[in-house]
Amino acid sequence: MEQFNNRNVADNGYFLVDIEDYPTTGWGKFKRVMDRTFKLELFVGLWVVLREMIRFDIHTISYPEEKMPIGPRYRAVHEMKRLWESDAERCIGCGLCEKICISDCIRMDTRIDEESRKEVSEYTINLGRCIFCGYCAEVCPELAITHGGEYENASDQREHFVDYEAMLTPIDVMKNNAQKEFEGFGAITPHEDERVKKTPLAY
Amino acid sequence: MDSAYLIETIIKVVVILLVFSALAGIGTYFERKVLAFMQRRLGPMNVGPFGLLQVGADGIKLFTKEDIIPTNVVGPIFKIAPVITAATAFMAAAAIPFLPAFTLFGYEVHPIVADINIGILYVLGVMAVGLFGPLLGGMASANKFSLLSAARAAAVFISYEVVTGLAILAPIMMVGSLSLIDFNNYQIENGWILWSQPVAFVLFWIAAFAETGRTPFHLIANDHEIIDGFGTEYSGMRWGLFFIGEYANMFFISFVIPILFLGGFGDGSVLGAFALLGKMAFFFFFFLWTRAAWPDVRPDQLMWLCWKVLMPVAVINVVITGLVMMF
Repeated sequence: MEQFNNRNVADNGYFLVDIEDYPTTGWGKFKRVMDRTFKLELFVGLWVVLREMIRFDIHTISYPEEKMPIGPRYRAVHEMKRLWESDAERCIGCGLCEKICISDCIRMDTRIDEESRKEVSEYTINLGRCIFCGYCAEVCPELAITHGGEYENASDQREHFVDYEAMLTPIDVMKNNAQKEFEGFGAITPHEDERVKKTPLAY
Repeated sequence: MDSAYLIETIIKVVVILLVFSALAGIGTYFERKVLAFMQRRLGPMNVGPFGLLQVGADGIKLFTKEDIIPTNVVGPIFKIAPVITAATAFMAAAAIPFLPAFTLFGYEVHPIVADINIGILYVLGVMAVGLFGPLLGGMASANKFSLLSAARAAAVFISYEVVTGLAILAPIMMVGSLSLIDFNNYQIENGWILWSQPVAFVLFWIAAFAETGRTPFHLIANDHEIIDGFGTEYSGMRWGLFFIGEYANMFFISFVIPILFLGGFGDGSVLGAFALLGKMAFFFFFFLWTRAAWPDVRPDQLMWLCWKVLMPVAVINVVITGLVMMF
C-alpha cells in the first residue's frame, strides 16, 4: 500500500538515461554500426529478459481471484454508515449531499416519524449519472455517506445502482463490529470504533 | 516403385503432418508462456492445468469461426493464399531428416520422406515459395494495410533470399553436396561446420528470422503498425492456416540450422537423436526469446541490413572459403 501512496517519484530509482546524439556523418554512422555490432548490445536485451524469466518474479495477479489493495481515499461506489453507539443509520436527512451533488444524481425524501424525529424515507443515488467527485462524502456532517472500495459495478439491472439498502452497512456486519470506516479526508480518529461505548438503547 | 515404399512414404507423410500440426499448436502455447514469463506475466492459466488446454480452445475457436470472404477481394487468390503458406511449409519438411535411421519391428525406418540430392536447395526454395501466401493474400485482400504488408513481403523476400543462398554456399562448397544427410555425414568426420564456418552460421541464422518472419524482422505482419498486414481480412481457419504455416516453418528451420551447422543427428545413436531435438528446441526457444527482447526493424532497415551488410559479408565469406579450399 505504501508504494501507491508515495507520490515522490524522484526517489524511486528513476534516473536520466544518457542518450548520445545521432551521428550525421557517414564515418560516424559507420562507427556506430561497428560499435553496436561488436559490443554485442543485442545480447544485453536477451540477458535481461532471460534473467526475469529465471527469477520468475511475476508481477501480475490473476484478477478475479486476487485483487490489488486500493488506496483508502479511492472513490468508488458509496456506502451509508451506521452509528457505532446504537447501530442506527447515521444519515440525519439534512439534504446537503443532494444540494451539493453537481451531477444531480442524489435524491432524498424525509418525513417526521411516529416519535417526531426526522427520518429518511427515500434515498437514491443514480450511479449512472454519478461522476464520483466525492463532494457528497465531503459535505456530509455525520460521516454518513462515504465512498467505498467496490469498483466492480457491472450488472444487468439498472436499479442495482440506486439502492439505498445495498449501500447501507448490513445490520449483522454492524453487530459484529465489522463496519469499515472511511480512512480518507475528514475521517474519524483511527481506532475510535474500539473506544466507543454502546448506548443502552442499542438494538 | 514397389508398394512397400509407397506405403512407408505415405505413413511418414501422415506422421510428419500430424506431429507438426500438433507442434504448431503447442508452439503457440510455449510462445505465450515464454513471452509471459519474460515479461513477468503468467500467460494462459485458466483453461486446463497451467492453461495447457488453451491450445484446444484456440483450435475449436478457429475451426468454428465463420469463414468471411469480404466484398471486393479477389476471391480465388484470397482463398488459396493461406493454403500456399501452410502447404509449402510442410512440403519443405520432405527433405529434412528429423532423426537418424532406426529399426522398428525389424524394419529399418529412415525418418526422412525423400533423401533427394538437392535437399537443402529444395528446403530453402519451397520455404521461400511460402512467402507467396502473404504476398498474394495481401494483394488480393482489398485492404490498404494488407497491400502494405504484401509490398513488405516482396521487399523482405528479395532481401533475405540472397543472404540465405550466399551464406549456405560456403558450407555447400565444403561438403560438396546439397543433401542434408551428406551434411550430417560430413560433420561426423570433420566436426561441426559451425567451427569452420561461423560467419555463414550467423548469417544463415539471421536470414532464418527473415524467412520465418519472426520478431526482429516481423515486418510483414507487424501487428502494431499494419494491424497484422496480410492477415487483416482473414478469419477462422484460413487465418489459422497462415498461423500453422508460420509455426511449422519455425520448427523446420529450427531443424535445418542444427543439421547444417551443429552436427545434425550425429552418428545415428539415440544420444545423437536427442541432441538434435535439444538443439532444435534451443533454436525454437531462441525465436521466442528474441521476440521478448528485441524491437522490430523497419523494412528499409531490413533491406539495408541484408543488401549492404549481410550480402557483402556473405560474398567475402564465400571468396575466403574458396581461397582456403583452393590452396
